[in-house]
Amino acid sequence: MEVDKYHIPPPNELDVAEGLRINSLMAASRNPIPDPDSWIDEEIQRNVLVTSVDYVVDWARSRSLFPLMFGLACCAFEMIGMATSRFDISRFGMDIFRWSPRQADLMIVAGTLTWKMAPAVKLVYEQMAEPKWVIAMGQCCISGGPFRESYSVVPGINRIIPVDVYVPGCPPRPEGLIYGITKLHQKIVKESISKA
Amino acid sequence: MTTALNGEQIARKINKASPGAVVAADKAAVVVTGESLFKVAKFLKNTPALDFNYLADLAAVDYTDYFEVVYHLVSLAHNHSLVLKTRCYDHDKPVVPSLTTLWRSADFMEREAYDLMGIVFDGHPNLKRLLLWEGFVGHPLRRDYL
Repeated sequence: MEVDKYHIPPPNELDVAEGLRINSLMAASRNPIPDPDSWIDEEIQRNVLVTSVDYVVDWARSRSLFPLMFGLACCAFEMIGMATSRFDISRFGMDIFRWSPRQADLMIVAGTLTWKMAPAVKLVYEQMAEPKWVIAMGQCCISGGPFRESYSVVPGINRIIPVDVYVPGCPPRPEGLIYGITKLHQKIVKESISKA
Repeated sequence: MTTALNGEQIARKINKASPGAVVAADKAAVVVTGESLFKVAKFLKNTPALDFNYLADLAAVDYTDYFEVVYHLVSLAHNHSLVLKTRCYDHDKPVVPSLTTLWRSADFMEREAYDLMGIVFDGHPNLKRLLLWEGFVGHPLRRDYL
């Protein structure tokens, strides 16, 4: 058989260039490139996530608030109701009401604050460790409510301590307080340790 | 049920024991003068037929012209009760004799009346403010307090 019968045209320039690129890459790729984390132990490799410190800290703080057991008046019953199985604040990582301000980071001021009680509230607030947040629950606590003109009631707890979230109502329903707590979560998530 | 004694009948008994003590009396209450209050109270407590051994309540009322102090007396033995009142007309310093030596329960109730209404109980062993803090100006339950 004649070889010339199968005429092979001379190679195209583009094809030649492509072939050279492939061959050179092939020659350069004899050994596998090592994984970026191959220097880490295999056990650790599966347990490392990379994120920002702010994100992690805020995530942890907002999902494990420790409220202070602290009721001044009738609003406290709604707060207690919120903690029971019916409304269940365990869903928000707030299982345990702490009796000591040193173990708590959320102060839910539930009820009417009188001037005679005010120094104690201020002391309890100052005993709480940073970071700490305050929810003012109910009209009496927010502004003095119906007792605003009274001789014995503090007209608004923000005269004594700074407040993060105001939950209005007389008293607010447990759902209302839970809404306030989710608002507080949103506020905590925006915080940054570089600003603190 | 505790029987509320008729004030007019008791007033007659009081008048026998200490003449001139009763200012006014009706079915509900007996009003006596401030000077004779302690004597009358002692009589009501120590007379065996009356035997008021329990001071259930003590209240003070501001009638603008005068203050009235109201004592609710109960006898646990006879199961009857009486309302005893006294009036003081001095608006700046109303003084009423203290009954703490007769009924221990008068101690806190007289302190409360002093705290909120400004009535001075003469002879009280520890007459200071009960509910409000030391240094509070005025007596808030008075009509002229604003």
